[in-house]
Amino acid sequence: MSGFSVTHPSNRQKWIAGLLVITYAVVTIMPLLWIIATGFKSPEDAISYPPKIVFEPSLEGYVNLFSSRTRITPGMEETLKPPETWYDQVARDSGTIIVGPSRYGQRFLNSVIIGFGSTFLAIVFGTTAAYAFSRFKIPIKDDLLFFILSTRMMPPIAVAIPIFLMFRQLGLNDTQLGMILLYTAVNLSLSVWLLKGFIDEIPFEYEEAALIDGYTRFQAFYKVVLPQAATGIASTAIFCLIFAWNEYAFAVLLTSGSAQTAPPFIPTIIGVGGQDWPAVAAGATLFLIPVMLFTILLRKHLLRGITFGAVRK
Amino acid sequence: MSGNPIDRIAAATPPNMAKRVRGLSDRVIAWLFVGPSIVLLLAVNIFPLIWTINLSFTNFRANRIRDAEYIGLRNYERILTDTDTWQSMQVTAQFLFWTIFFQVLIGFALAYLINKKFKGNDLWTTIIVLPMMLSPAVVGNFWTFLYQPQIGLFNYVVEFFTGIDSSSFSMIGDVSLAPWSIVIVDTWMWTPFVMLICLAGLRSIPDSIYEAAECDRASKWRQFWTLTVPMVLPFLMLAVLFRGIENFKMFDLVVQLTGGGPGSMTTLTSIDLKREAFEKWRTGYASAYAVILFVTVFGLASIYVKALNKVKER
Repeated sequence: MSGFSVTHPSNRQKWIAGLLVITYAVVTIMPLLWIIATGFKSPEDAISYPPKIVFEPSLEGYVNLFSSRTRITPGMEETLKPPETWYDQVARDSGTIIVGPSRYGQRFLNSVIIGFGSTFLAIVFGTTAAYAFSRFKIPIKDDLLFFILSTRMMPPIAVAIPIFLMFRQLGLNDTQLGMILLYTAVNLSLSVWLLKGFIDEIPFEYEEAALIDGYTRFQAFYKVVLPQAATGIASTAIFCLIFAWNEYAFAVLLTSGSAQTAPPFIPTIIGVGGQDWPAVAAGATLFLIPVMLFTILLRKHLLRGITFGAVRK
Repeated sequence: MSGNPIDRIAAATPPNMAKRVRGLSDRVIAWLFVGPSIVLLLAVNIFPLIWTINLSFTNFRANRIRDAEYIGLRNYERILTDTDTWQSMQVTAQFLFWTIFFQVLIGFALAYLINKKFKGNDLWTTIIVLPMMLSPAVVGNFWTFLYQPQIGLFNYVVEFFTGIDSSSFSMIGDVSLAPWSIVIVDTWMWTPFVMLICLAGLRSIPDSIYEAAECDRASKWRQFWTLTVPMVLPFLMLAVLFRGIENFKMFDLVVQLTGGGPGSMTTLTSIDLKREAFEKWRTGYASAYAVILFVTVFGLASIYVKALNKVKER
């Protein structure tokens, strides 16, 4: 074997490859680290020139994110009681007083409810449909599967026009139920395709044995196939959850108030006088961290998930 | 094994009864299982699609009560002769071309390097993948901060390395730079996608092929072009298909980054469509627009899939 074989790269080759990849990784992760860091900066530090890498951490961004405040006017100061909590203190230090909670918490909660609700439904419908597609002879099966996949090709805005009209008729505009149903439908294509792949991999013999032992078809599905597919179902669920969590186009067009999720809301966070970048960054950080953690959990199934099962590893 | 609970339950079930239930249930279960999904997709996808096609022949406006009139193909005629539409098509085409170009180039290179299996490559791969999984709207919004003249990190880094004054240019505000600002962020976000698929392609090549080539004294260069590239090509083409469809639909990231501006320099078709439908409220016109986009993406994708299958067969 020669010194620079492809199948067994030399140490020097590994070194160079590693160095280049790590450089890229560091550059690519910078914007994300910058979001996290900005969340802990004071507004002055956030917009300093040159940009500050070392700074005094401040919780002002997080306090601003969760509260609405007014500025303390000159005459007001004497009438104020001393700050009661640490967040009152933080607000007071920046010359404002907290008058109430912001809407971020509620928007975040909407994201959680809509995300989990639509994921649950997409998994229930997706698992059963995938099982049927995998195990039964269904007329026009390939056409149905392609139809399910093709629903993902339409630009969301194009679908949004009739959905908007339909929701208006049904009173589903700006409701959590409407968004859950919509995201369920969008996620179904992913969950059916992914889960069909996972179920295809479970040998049919297991069920056959169960059926011969007197299980009904439904029992075989419930007690034999589902436990076998658990890992696949879990990773599919996380993919659906991430999609619903990140979705913006439908959310911004179909929700405005009570059912609005976090992605359309975060960019609208405005402080006293212009965009409050530390608060935006704090909001983004809290919103992005769960997805980052899930991505690390998912890394083995990542490829499969993002290609609708077209590439398995 | 009789200790297994499954076996015990199985043994407890009278065989005749099971058979009877089973005989009738297979087809019923199949439709019971597939039914809800199909119904939901019909309600949320197909019914709206038919409605859109219907609306596209009318002058309906969703913000007025007045009844719509059928105006034949007039909407289609207007769209296809409108210079603004063609402008946004062009912006979309260029956006597609450059994002795919950079993502394929960088994505393949990264996959090639990671495939050298240096120590810790798993960890770094996971880190590289992170941007792809995040909310494009939230991340896009934050990039407007990185792109700020003078105080933005991006401009500062450019100044640091090139000496160009960081307050002298605005990636989002300059007419000539704005198209690149969206290409850069999209490439940052989606290069890992192409990388992952290429990596799967590279890992699917059996070592024995290279060993055989080495025995034949094929040069490294030759091995790369006659073995590696053709073997990875189907994977690469699949990645391009996915990125093509996704970027054709692109909305969230660009809306948050540039909002389509300055002027219409970054007005992609979906942003143009959103304005027609939800700002100008020309619902009928926008429906026709949506149909045209849908036919375009479907047509292009099917031609492409045919080509992809040909490459796979080779």
